[in-house]
Order: sequence, then structure tokens, then C-alpha cells
Amino acid sequence: MKEDINQWDLIIESENSLFDLKLDEVWHYRDLLGLLVKRDFVAFYKQTILGPVWFFVQPLFTMVMYIFVFGKLAGLSTDNIPGPLFYLTGITAWTYFAECLTKTATVFRDNANIFGKVYFPRLIIPLSIVVSNLVRFGVQLLLLLIAMVYFAINGGGFTPSLYILLFPVLLVLMAIQGLGLGMIISAMTTKYRDLALLLTFGIQLMMYATTVVYPLSSLHGKMHTLVALNPMTYVIEGMRKGLLGKGSFDGWGLLYITVCSLICLLLGLFVFNKVEKTFVDTV
Amino acid sequence: MSTAIKVENVSKAYMLGQISTGTLSRDIERWWALARGKEDPFLKIGETNDRTQKGNSDVVWSLKDVNFEIEQGTAVGIVGKNGAGKSTLLKILSQVTSPTTGRIGIKGRIASLLEVGTGFHPELTGRENIFLNGAMLGMRKKEILRKFDEIVSFAGVERYIDTPVKRYSSGMYVRLAFAVAAHLESEILIVDEVLAVGDAEFQKKCLGKMGEVSSGQGRTVLFVSHNINAVKQLCTRGLFLENGMVKMEGKVTDVIEAYSNKIATQNDFNPIKIQEIGVVVTNIFLNRKNEGVVNPCEPLEIEIELESDRDIEKIGIQIMISHDDVSGSVFESNSKTIKNLDLIVKKGKNKATCLIHNFNLCSGNYWLGFGMDMPFVLMYYREPYVMRFEVPELMLPPRLLTTSSVYGHIFFDHDWSISYGD
Repeated sequence: MKEDINQWDLIIESENSLFDLKLDEVWHYRDLLGLLVKRDFVAFYKQTILGPVWFFVQPLFTMVMYIFVFGKLAGLSTDNIPGPLFYLTGITAWTYFAECLTKTATVFRDNANIFGKVYFPRLIIPLSIVVSNLVRFGVQLLLLLIAMVYFAINGGGFTPSLYILLFPVLLVLMAIQGLGLGMIISAMTTKYRDLALLLTFGIQLMMYATTVVYPLSSLHGKMHTLVALNPMTYVIEGMRKGLLGKGSFDGWGLLYITVCSLICLLLGLFVFNKVEKTFVDTV
Repeated sequence: MSTAIKVENVSKAYMLGQISTGTLSRDIERWWALARGKEDPFLKIGETNDRTQKGNSDVVWSLKDVNFEIEQGTAVGIVGKNGAGKSTLLKILSQVTSPTTGRIGIKGRIASLLEVGTGFHPELTGRENIFLNGAMLGMRKKEILRKFDEIVSFAGVERYIDTPVKRYSSGMYVRLAFAVAAHLESEILIVDEVLAVGDAEFQKKCLGKMGEVSSGQGRTVLFVSHNINAVKQLCTRGLFLENGMVKMEGKVTDVIEAYSNKIATQNDFNPIKIQEIGVVVTNIFLNRKNEGVVNPCEPLEIEIELESDRDIEKIGIQIMISHDDVSGSVFESNSKTIKNLDLIVKKGKNKATCLIHNFNLCSGNYWLGFGMDMPFVLMYYREPYVMRFEVPELMLPPRLLTTSSVYGHIFFDHDWSISYGD
């Protein structure tokens, strides 16, 4: 039996070790990752009139609505930052997180026909989701930057801080959170499909438990603690502090979300690795 | 020759009915049993995958203790009835699903073609899809680039390469998809029934390509097909699966012979259950009055005995006749769509009869197939290889020897004449 082990290039068994992520395989399939990202991007705007412009339309309209509903009607504070900038930052970040999460959570179901017919490291698909959405995030970030330039010329109202240097770190942490949480949920959506329905609804609720339409500084007491426990809160607060100069964010916050993100990721990988082996029989 | 694939004690269990044991409570029950070191209460070894009998547990062993070895460079045809476990075996080998128990060792890169065109995106152009599909099958970008022209010319879609594939005809689509897979550089190629698509000419081309792959390039090929002729043509070794177990392994001709005899004989007709409409086909007879002998250019009477648990009004009964050397059917009929007959199946025993007045097929080995459908709407059942029968060689007056290899497959009633001058 000993000599057997070396003799084979590949051994198929019922159990694999839980953290055998086959990263070398993922690396071999890196071209596929790129092609999938390209596919998502091209397929999104083919046969549309406005094409990639759609990436702008959604955040713009959402922003206008938030200004009206939360700013004007409900009178929620924006930390003395111009409303459009305040909301746009939140929307851009939250959209990215939510998209990563929902797409990853239903990855097995959405790709069942492919997964059932051909083998490649399944991790490629969630990774492609995270990267695809990054393209979209980049476009929306551009919109935010344009808005910032506009406001800077017309009176300002905000001052970017050095925390802006942390922006890439926050982005990565946000991606990890969306990916990890999505992978955890993915295991459940393959078995119990109603969870996918619950998810779209849940994510909306979760948005209100995150500082997208209000700043953390406007909360007090229990509410403050509760919302502060949400790791996405610090991501958005941190981005605001960097880009716009106002936000509740410090080293502890960074540490907290780093730990949370890594736990999410590890747990997600663990679950994903376990499910991918047999989910074909259950979907 | 070294071993390319070694399969040891591989089994695969599927749950019947609710999947994953369906409920949390049973999941917990199972987890509790396993946690105490007991065996899984929902997996009982020792039941064969016999669909006609209801087992005691909800678990079906789609594969059971399968063992075999394949040497490098051989082409192996896997045959077996529907549900014998062929597809499951291929799925496990291609790592789409994992075995419940057992171990498989594989030497070399493996590429599987369980379906053509997996991952094709309709909005993308042919060119983009070649890259995407190729990458999914495990090719690197530069590898695809190197083979690109070859793939395109094999598929014959040069003109449309920058058109979205949703505008392709279905034939072009399939050709392109097969072309990508056929140009994979892998030591082992797994192919499942993909030749069932595409026109005859393309099927020939595929078979040619696969033959080239196995004998010319010394790669190992595993091939599952209902087309016995294709298996015979392509493969040197055969593997016969029955009820999830390896029934026979050996030279392809022997295996096919055994397989054909197994399903074919009238004596042990396996009842066909069509659960959806509560019908069981208990037996099918060919020329019962003539003790089952089917002679060329004589009438052929096919009697189908069914038992139904309800009255069914909209029903079409189909038969198909196919020949080993011909892909597809040589003859098909449907009581409704072809003959426009409104047959009614009544509760209890029924006997449907199809009388072919003049069975104009020359001698050879044929398959009788059977199917039932809701005409124009829904197919309940269709299996082209239900029963095998032989048409013996006969001398017809004055001197017509009905050997298909010499005189073609079909004999039409016809006349000759000759005229002179204008």
C-alpha cells in the first residue's frame, strides 16, 4: 500500500482532510478565474443600451432616495458630512458586501449544472464572485471620487484623513467577510432552499443594523453596542473616516474586524470544503 | 504497461426520497449515532440496487464494491442498463461527486466529458466560449491558444467565431463544444454518451477523433454509450455493470456479447415500471405464435402486456427497432403521433399489439425499444434497448439471401423493369 501512494497522481476517496484547500489546484486554474470575471462583466451589459453605465445608475438612485427618506423625512444625522458623500460611501461599500454574500451563499445552487458535469476547484467560483464585484465596486468608487471632487470645489464640508491609507485593508476585510459568511450560508442553502429566500430579506435587515444610513456616533447606549458589534459597521465607519474625515474608527476596531473576518473565512472554507464533495447529490 | 486507473472497493450510496435525510432531526439522529461510534443508521450495506424491488431502507447503492484496473492506453467501453451505475462511476472518476467508500488511484491528468458545452455562456462569442470552456476543463490559456485554430477548424465554425453562441445552430454549438474537449491534452479521457447529439456525419467525426485519441496517441479512454456499435468500434476492453456491480470485465467483444444476451432474451424479461402513470410492463412478446422467430419479409407481431392501476386516456405507446450497426432507430412508431390512434389503457391487465405487416429488415441482430408518452406533451418512458432479437438469414425465392452486410439493412418491396428506345 505504501508504494501506491506515490504511484498515483490523484487519489479519490470519500473523505478529505478538512483544511485541504488544494490551493495548488486553485493556482493551476487561475486562468479560469480571469475568464469567469470577464464573462460576468461582459454578460452583464451585453444587449443593454447603457452598458456599464448601469453600474452608476443604481447607487445614484439609491443615494437620491436615501437623501430624501433618511435625510429629509427622518432627519437622521450625517455627521455634518454632505449627504450625498455620506450615503454614497455607505452604499458603495454595502453593495459590494451584500453582492459577495448573496452570490456566494447560493453558489452551489446557481452553478449546479456546471458543478454536476465538470470538475475544477470549486473555490474558483466564489473567488470569481469576489473579484467580479470588485470591478463593479471600482466603478462605483469612481463615482464617489467624482462626487468628492465636486464637493471639494463647491465648498467642501469634509477633509480626508490619513486613515485613507487603510482603505485597501478595509476592502480586503470586507471581501473576506462577504466571502466567508457567504460560504457558511452556502452549505445551508443547498440543503434547505428556503434559506435563500430568507437571505435576501435578511440582508436588507442587516443593512439597517449597519451604519449605512446613519453614523455610529448618532447611537447611544444599547443600540450603540449592538451596532458596534457588527463588523461591517467598522468597515464602513473606517472608510468614512479615511475618505471624509468623520467616523468612529480606531485600532481596536481594526483588530476586531480583522479577527471577525478571519474567523468567518476559516469557518467558511471549512464548511465549503465539506459541502463541495457531495452537494451534487443533494441539489 | 502500467496501470492508469485503479478502482478499489468503490461504493456509492444515494438516499431515496428526501435527500440529505431531509430533516434536521434525522441529521441529528445520524450524527448522534456516529458520535457514539455506531454505524450510520441510514446506511445499511448489503442491499443491491434493484429498482424493481422495494428495499427496506431508503438507501440505494448505486455502486457496490466496484473493483477494476485499467491499463494505460486502453479504450474501455462501459455498458449496462439504465441505472446500472455507469454514470455514477463516471461522475466519481471525474470528481464531480465523491464515493461513499473506497478508493481510486489515477495516474495522469484526467479530463471528463460528461456533457458537451458545460459552462458555455450564450452571450459570449465562440472565441470567448472556447477559452472559458477550455479553462473549465483544465486547460491553461496558452494551451488553448496553441490549439485554437485546430479546435475551430474541427468544429467548422470559422465564419462565426466572433458571433455569440446563442445565434449558433444547435449543430454548430455541439460541434464547437466537442471540439474543445477533444483537444484536451490529458492522459485519460472520460466520455459519457455525448455522441447522442449531433448529426450522423459529426458522430462519425467524433468517433474518429476518439479512436485517434486512444489508439494513435496512446491515451486511456473510458467510454459510456448505448450505441453498442460505437463501443465495439472504439474500445478494446469492456466493463459490464449490473445493479451497481461489475458483472464482467474483459475483451470488448465478449463483454458486449454477454451484455446483449443478458438483456435480450425473452425468457427473463425485466418488468418495466413507469411509476408516473402507475403502469407496469409485465412482458413483451415477439411473434408469439411463431415461438419468437422473426423472419425477414414476414409479418412481425409485437405484443406488449401492461398492468395499470388506473384508466389512462391520453397515451401513446411507442416501439423502436434499432440495429447494432446503425446509430439511431431504423424504425419507430407511436400509436398516437404516427398512427393517430386514441388508445386507452384501462385499469387492470392490458395487451397492446403492434402488427408490422411486412418486416422488411434483413438478417442481423436487432433491438426492440419501448416507450410511453402523453402524445406531444410528455415522455413517460423511453428505452431503445429493451429486448434483443435476431433475424436469421433466409433464402427467399428465387435467390435472395437476406444478409444485411451484403444486401443492405432494409428490403423494400420493389419491381424492376427495363425499356428500350425513346
